[in-house]
Amino acid sequence: MLTDFGYILLFIVTGAIFVGVALFVAKLVRPDRPNEIKLMTYECGEIPFGDARVQFNNRFYIIGLMFLIFEVEILLLFPWAVVFKEIGWFAFAAMFVFVFLIFIGFIYELGKGQLKWDIPKPRVPRYVEGVGVVDDDYEEKKVNEAVLQTE
Amino acid sequence: MGMLDKKYHDSNIIIVGLESALNWARKNSLWYEQFGLACCAIEMMATAASRYDFDRFGIIPRSSPRQADVMIVAGTVTMKMASRILRLYEQMSEPRYVISMGSCSNCGGPYWEHGYHVLKGVDKVVPVDVYVPGCPPRPEALLEGFLKLQEKITGETILQKKESVK
Repeated sequence: MLTDFGYILLFIVTGAIFVGVALFVAKLVRPDRPNEIKLMTYECGEIPFGDARVQFNNRFYIIGLMFLIFEVEILLLFPWAVVFKEIGWFAFAAMFVFVFLIFIGFIYELGKGQLKWDIPKPRVPRYVEGVGVVDDDYEEKKVNEAVLQTE
Repeated sequence: MGMLDKKYHDSNIIIVGLESALNWARKNSLWYEQFGLACCAIEMMATAASRYDFDRFGIIPRSSPRQADVMIVAGTVTMKMASRILRLYEQMSEPRYVISMGSCSNCGGPYWEHGYHVLKGVDKVVPVDVYVPGCPPRPEALLEGFLKLQEKITGETILQKKESVK
């Protein structure tokens, strides 16, 4: 007599047989003629280049955040402009305080140097006769080595 | 190569039954690759919409050539697009079919004489199964093209070698 786990085993075996038969029949009758283009990554008909993983500089985060703040500010300005005439000077004062607060934040951010965008000097490899492709500090390294050897 | 694909010289009674079953399955699920090149694509969209209703033939659009069976070349094939079309065709899974829709993709159409940038017929780069004439063809014409393709698929041999078919 089968135990409860025996039934589970039966189900596993039956499932495996079903999948195996289906895959085997598909293997029997399907066309299978791979070539270089067919195995290529699908890129809307273009030749794929680069990596699928694209990195963004995380300094865009601050820029994006600031953009969002000012966008929301503009969004609030629109309904304010509609009711401005009815509410009058109180609305003007309220909005002035609001914009002023955001302006203070903006100044603070400028002062912190968040919008400063230092661009690192790129490494430009180049070709040197008899040596091959080298970095642009190749000469400095060479001089340093020479100094070390003379010492 | 598949294990039985194109391996037999003679027709086999069991295999014929299997073939007709496969052909039946294939011809009733002609999923087409979703891309349009010119004004013919508008007619193609109209054919897929509710009035002409591609769906009743099991013809539905797919956004990837890996899932598509048919490529409808709907419109003017420029030289620049031709290499892309070839690549898309090669990336489709087999069996794959091509319907050339409209004068432009059939033979260059109005660009036949002075079109310096137009491929004079998409059959120069990919094998075409059905040509649908018209500029652009009406949705009925495209449907007729699909029916012709279904007829073609019905007579197809899947396991027999092509040269041994009488």
